[in-house]
Amino acid sequence: MINSSLKQLGQQLASKQISSVELTQAYLQRMAQLNPTINAYVTLDEEKTLAQAKAADVRIAAGDASPLTGIPLAQKDIFCAKGWRTTCSSKMLENFISPYDAHVISQFDAAGAVNLGKTNMDEFAMGSSNETSYFGGVKNPWDLDRVPGGSSGGSAAAVAARLCAAATGTDTGGSIRQPASLCGFTGLKPTYGLVSRYGMIAFASSLDQAGPMAKSAEDCALMMNVMAGFDERDSTSVNREKEDYTRGLSAMTGEQPLKGLRIGLPKEYFAEGLSADVAKVIETAVAEYQKLGADIVDISLPNNNLSIPVYYVLAPAEASSNLSRYDGVRYGHRAAEYHDLMEMYMKSRAEGFGAEVKRRILIGTYVLSAGYYDAYYLKAQQIRRLIAQDFVEAFKHCDVIMGPAAPSTAFKAGEKTNDPVAMYLEDLYTIAVNLAGLPGMSIPAGFATSAEGKALPVGLQIIGNYFDEARMLDVGHAYQQVTDWHLRVPNLDESNLRMPEGI
Amino acid sequence: MQWEVVIGLETHVQLQTHSKQFSGASTTYGAAPNTQACEVSIALPGVLPVLNKKAVECAIKFGLAIDAEIAPRSVFSRKNYFYPDLPKGYQISQFELPVVGKGKLMIQVPASKNADAYEKLVNITRAHLEEDAGKSVHGAVEGMSGIDLNRAGTPLLEIVTEPDMRSAAEAVAYAKKLHELVQWIGICDGNMQEGSFRCDVNVSVRPKGSDTLGTRREIKNLNSFKFMQQAIEYETQWQIDTLEDGGKIQQATVLFNPDSGETRAMRSKEEANDYRYFPDPDLLPLAVTEADKQRVLADMPELPQVLQARFVSEYQLSSYDASTLTAAKSVADYFVTVVDAGAEPKQAANWVMGALSAKLNAEEKAITDSPVSAVQLAALLKRIADHTISNNAAKQVFEGLWAGEGDVDAIIEVKGLKQVSDTGAIEAIIAEVLAANQAMVDEYKAGKEKAFNALVGQCMKASKGKANPAQVNELLKKMLS
Repeated sequence: MINSSLKQLGQQLASKQISSVELTQAYLQRMAQLNPTINAYVTLDEEKTLAQAKAADVRIAAGDASPLTGIPLAQKDIFCAKGWRTTCSSKMLENFISPYDAHVISQFDAAGAVNLGKTNMDEFAMGSSNETSYFGGVKNPWDLDRVPGGSSGGSAAAVAARLCAAATGTDTGGSIRQPASLCGFTGLKPTYGLVSRYGMIAFASSLDQAGPMAKSAEDCALMMNVMAGFDERDSTSVNREKEDYTRGLSAMTGEQPLKGLRIGLPKEYFAEGLSADVAKVIETAVAEYQKLGADIVDISLPNNNLSIPVYYVLAPAEASSNLSRYDGVRYGHRAAEYHDLMEMYMKSRAEGFGAEVKRRILIGTYVLSAGYYDAYYLKAQQIRRLIAQDFVEAFKHCDVIMGPAAPSTAFKAGEKTNDPVAMYLEDLYTIAVNLAGLPGMSIPAGFATSAEGKALPVGLQIIGNYFDEARMLDVGHAYQQVTDWHLRVPNLDESNLRMPEGI
Repeated sequence: MQWEVVIGLETHVQLQTHSKQFSGASTTYGAAPNTQACEVSIALPGVLPVLNKKAVECAIKFGLAIDAEIAPRSVFSRKNYFYPDLPKGYQISQFELPVVGKGKLMIQVPASKNADAYEKLVNITRAHLEEDAGKSVHGAVEGMSGIDLNRAGTPLLEIVTEPDMRSAAEAVAYAKKLHELVQWIGICDGNMQEGSFRCDVNVSVRPKGSDTLGTRREIKNLNSFKFMQQAIEYETQWQIDTLEDGGKIQQATVLFNPDSGETRAMRSKEEANDYRYFPDPDLLPLAVTEADKQRVLADMPELPQVLQARFVSEYQLSSYDASTLTAAKSVADYFVTVVDAGAEPKQAANWVMGALSAKLNAEEKAITDSPVSAVQLAALLKRIADHTISNNAAKQVFEGLWAGEGDVDAIIEVKGLKQVSDTGAIEAIIAEVLAANQAMVDEYKAGKEKAFNALVGQCMKASKGKANPAQVNELLKKMLS
């Protein structure tokens, strides 16, 4: 059951083979068993979860079900959910109970989905390994010594370990796609503006975008049907007609369902920085796509190498301002002792934020300062436009772009924590997509073997043109009809699990 | 040395909208603390701003009213600083690209001891949309400061002038004109006590004839014209005294203390704040199209300058009269009503700016609360025009109207003010006067013109002021010849 697709679960619920309460309890049981080790969830509230499941069963009984009614999902702890502790994995918000729902949360509520809990993440979504979380790291279910990627590491581990039917994530520079690659599942970052950011705690407003993290392209399509849509409370939300992201999936069968599809391979994605085992998996996957009828086009994204420096000017600049509201005045952490206002600010923020968050606030404050603004912020904005222009040019010659989602397979916990720049390079293939506002997706494409002999997943990134998510999902689905990488699950037998440290 | 004062104003005008600049929370004044603070006003994690369209319309209205460039594309920026009443840690404002660009405003500086009344054009540098902060409340909670976020996010239009004003009188005239204008076009309630219209005044002095600006000090948050006048006068003298004593002016923000009548620096030196402005990524650039402007224009009352031009061309009023009558919408409305009710425009203007205005000032009443309605005044003027009463008698009727003694004709009747225009009756009076004043008649006939005036006076007196003076003149001349 835990390996069933969303569609299968929906059918089982509709035909009353199983109730939402039973399904939810099955997940809660599995979570009770595995979460202490994996640390995917930071907040659980069984009472609320089961109340939702009961309500879903009532809806199903009344014949009022939608495709996700009764389905248990994990929500990244970046989404405000009414009555739920919402922390962004920061000490700053350790005790913050949200009095309102994020748009994404209310969309899932309206669909009748069940919220299993809030998932761990890098603090304020700043990180690529989930190691900056105030609530501790998350274990990669494929190898518990390794990181799940980040920042949506908790949601990633929850999907991979089957601790939820599907999950939400957010992606500012790769935070859905890189963990999807490292944990072996399908994750989609939609076009900027497609999913409302209202109630999603801001990291870098011009880059943040929520998306689904699920077992397959088809599951992602069903999630997108709920998540996407105009919301007048987000001024950057795009007002366009709702679409059915599953509409093209059924046509992805037969001999050559992708006949005529032009796949662009950017030479910059296969250059220095990409590990050989990942490159091999990607090449094999691309060959599979040729068998499905696609044509390969060589393209170039000449400014891709500038995407990381540009990102590490713009994202911290926005973050430094977005995180100013955490001042200890109205909510959030406030230092126990202070003598005046300035000391209250300084101690509350010094105590409430972790090292990576502080680093980015400092960088952001610096690049926006008088005398530096033009050289950093303004220059970065100019280059951002060049990077976006690269894609405009590329999409004149191809329909989708393919490449790796991450430069290597999952790395060991602690391996990069003392080298921020090495950590930042994790997003070499994902960041430009955010800078351009394009949709990007990672699907499981195979495995590489670690030095210890463990199989580690590798993700294939599919980048589409603006609002071309339906086609990208078709392209992912076609591949998942002829491969089974997305159906592989990590071995989480008792023998493979270790008790958490200190027990 | 002769000194010249240079003054520029920054005015925060609270826009008359139902909801806040970037959220749906109410802007009603005076509610219990934090009862009008929604999740956006409190700046909870994850909330986002949405621009109030009504506030944008207000800005466009203002731009049209001062004949300004309205930017087809303007940008909202974040002004970053920490303060407890600033919930987001930044204020959303417009920095590099404001919605309203350069414009101009004609002001009327009233006559003073040393100078006649005159008009002056003040250049507006820009006007931009921004949000207000909340308020710190001290003393409400023992040993703590409270924060009231009801006002946080209230829409403001900040209007900045060039340093064009050269006296406290000019600065006050500008502020009054602006105050009237924003109410005229319906974008602000003008309530200065509640902070709907707040002025910051930049003052510097320089030797007369110099064309470089002196170091300025900014007088913050003046909320009455009287205080503004006092504050500028004090500040100007203080700066001159300081310089004449060999001192230097330090750039500073100062507050005016109405009790002592003095200005005092808040901070000895302007703090070197770096606000780290950058475009707010949560808001798209604001686009204003020609169609938007036309739509707003269609919804606007006739502007003062348009009305002024119409008063000159249609009613043959002088430019100064026309501009005085259009300084406030209420005055212009009153005047137009008087004229529409049949009064002769020039005469109506004289009465509105003269007797009525004097009486209103004396009793500190607004024209909208005038006990003499525009229609009543028109009826009164009609009785002057048709010679029923004399100008002098009309003043008595006006007093009667003011005191609520009834309508025009009733008062004329009761007070017996009706003018005598019957030729026969006047001739009889003249005959009596001539008979009784043979000496004067002789003087007149001997060539003394003055004697004629004296005889007219006697006739008027004999008629108890009721005789039509023009007729008396005419008939007297005839009867003496």
